[in-house]
Amino acid sequence: MTPDGSAAKVVEEDPGLPLAVRGMTVAYGEKPVVFSVDARFPAQSMTAIIGPNGAGKSTLLKATLGVVPSLSGSVSVYGQPIAKARHRIAYVPQRASVDWDFPARVVDVVAMGLYRELGLLGMVSRKQRATLMHCLERVNMADFAGRQIGQLSGGQQQRVFLARALAQNADLYLLDEPFAGVDAATERAIIDVLKGLKAERRTIVSVHHDLSTVTDYFDRVLLLNIRKIAEGPTATTFTAANLQATYGGRLAATQINDLGLAHAGA
Amino acid sequence: MHPILEALLLSAGYNSALVAIGAGLLGAAAGAVGTFLFLRKRSLVSDAISHATLPGIGLAFILMVALGGDGRNLLGLMAGSAVTAWLGLTLVEWASRRTRLAEDAAIGAVLSVFFGFGIVLLTVIQGMSAGKQAGLQGYLLGSTAGMLLQDAVVIAVGGLLAAAVVVLLRRPMTLVSFDPEFAAAAGYDVRRIDLAMLGLVMAVTVVGLKLVGLVLIVALLIIPPVTARFWTNRSDVAVLLSAAFGAVSGYVGSSISASAPDLPTGPIIVLSCFALFAVSLLFAPDRGVVASLVRHRRFQLKVHRRQGLLALAHGEPIYDRLTLSVLKRGGYLRPDGVPTDLGRDQAAHAYWDERRWEVARRIHQAEALAGRYDGLTPMEAVFTADEIAAIDRQLGPVSPAGRT
Repeated sequence: MTPDGSAAKVVEEDPGLPLAVRGMTVAYGEKPVVFSVDARFPAQSMTAIIGPNGAGKSTLLKATLGVVPSLSGSVSVYGQPIAKARHRIAYVPQRASVDWDFPARVVDVVAMGLYRELGLLGMVSRKQRATLMHCLERVNMADFAGRQIGQLSGGQQQRVFLARALAQNADLYLLDEPFAGVDAATERAIIDVLKGLKAERRTIVSVHHDLSTVTDYFDRVLLLNIRKIAEGPTATTFTAANLQATYGGRLAATQINDLGLAHAGA
Repeated sequence: MHPILEALLLSAGYNSALVAIGAGLLGAAAGAVGTFLFLRKRSLVSDAISHATLPGIGLAFILMVALGGDGRNLLGLMAGSAVTAWLGLTLVEWASRRTRLAEDAAIGAVLSVFFGFGIVLLTVIQGMSAGKQAGLQGYLLGSTAGMLLQDAVVIAVGGLLAAAVVVLLRRPMTLVSFDPEFAAAAGYDVRRIDLAMLGLVMAVTVVGLKLVGLVLIVALLIIPPVTARFWTNRSDVAVLLSAAFGAVSGYVGSSISASAPDLPTGPIIVLSCFALFAVSLLFAPDRGVVASLVRHRRFQLKVHRRQGLLALAHGEPIYDRLTLSVLKRGGYLRPDGVPTDLGRDQAAHAYWDERRWEVARRIHQAEALAGRYDGLTPMEAVFTADEIAAIDRQLGPVSPAGRT
């Protein structure tokens, strides 16, 4: 599945490939948390990054974006180095990574998605204000535009983060556990938005922890446990054998059986 | 006219007018810059920066005297203080980034070592025979004595420059303070923005040394932002409010200090800051102490009213004195403890509301709506009339009207 050196070279220059990661290694101290991971995320796909706690799922995303430093590895976005393609990427960090008592209203947070467009001194135009409201409408949060962010529930906070990413109007969306600790209504709202994005020919990569929804939500999976275990279409890659290889003893056989997967290995 | 009033109206003489305007501008710059530091939760770094200026002051003095100049030249002293402040800042950054030392420990170490070294230098300077060392102590607690027009201009220009940089960098600094990961992913250089923020803090500190003194300049960087936070839930408004609070404190504080001999400027400015803070802490509309006490009491009464009404509906005796008094004051109970017509009616309504909620929570188990049940929110605030009608159908033929 991993292309050899020459093939990877071609891949890296392919402007149609939203995201390619090669040889990515990240360590905290001297303990690698992500080791030599190669991965490709084709256009208009929805990929779930799956693996046990501590498997380096979030770290892989952050290292890809340069949020945490990597020891080695290269990233290309639409065939370019990431520094030249940041405007085509939107990132949704984990909700718990910020302090929600920060003095800001919902609309202020969503407006952060426009900062690049606004530059240092630009004012938010009438048209941009309409864009912000539209982004909030897409996540059913328009009524909360003026609300202080500290008053939101966890699910609402997650939707505000998604609205901010929508305001970035990107082609590639990277999300870190968007469904963690949210209510059922929020989960539906988010998955509807993500599927809408896919229908708009955009590409989605999401760290995901709920194995029972993988087949419903995602058409591709990347199974990770420090090293890449497997990647490919959900139908052929999200198999009992691969899950066993990814989670080891941490996932009981009955839990895997409950997923009702084909037992043929990838 | 009273001397303080005279000073406030800028009519206490040329010198104190200069000082008051300079201190106002300095306060505004410190308030604005300090807000970002506060939002980034790094307010204490300013303490390390300010204490690290002292050896620079001493060294600059010695150097200027050695070169045959006036050791008290403000620009020279500012340059010297900036050098050691930057050194201290770099050490804090390095220690918290590259060693296992946490930032607070690094701050404590740098602050005390630099300050100690500075005091040693001052003692050495005291023993020197040349250079008119009198007045150097003023940099510890701030002084307006011997303030020249040139000094005031330096402070004013420094304050304005800092304000201009704040306007330019307000978006990156806000973003980095709220969500550094998102900022980094969007291509902002978080480290450089942090450094710019600390550079601003250093600039304000160096500019304010003469007036407020290095021990207390942190107050101008920390207290106005905290005060502003009581009044607003928006970061941009907080920056403006904090600048305003800082300006008022600087202006009023230096005026009061100028109105009497031997009143140190720094402490008076800090006390002015604190006065604004204390008023805000107590009386701010939403986050103030009084407002939250009132809110808590109102909520408590609401709970007791509801519990009392439900007890009436179930025919249970009520012993809680607060509940009894709430019900009596609301006209639900007669003074002798017998329910009034209004009390019976409201009790039935509360009882019915509870039963409807029971059904609603069964139907909408997985929904966010069920989470809205807190025993107090009326049904009508959450569900539409149609939904309530559906719930009532499940409850059977008895309608709320039939119960009263």
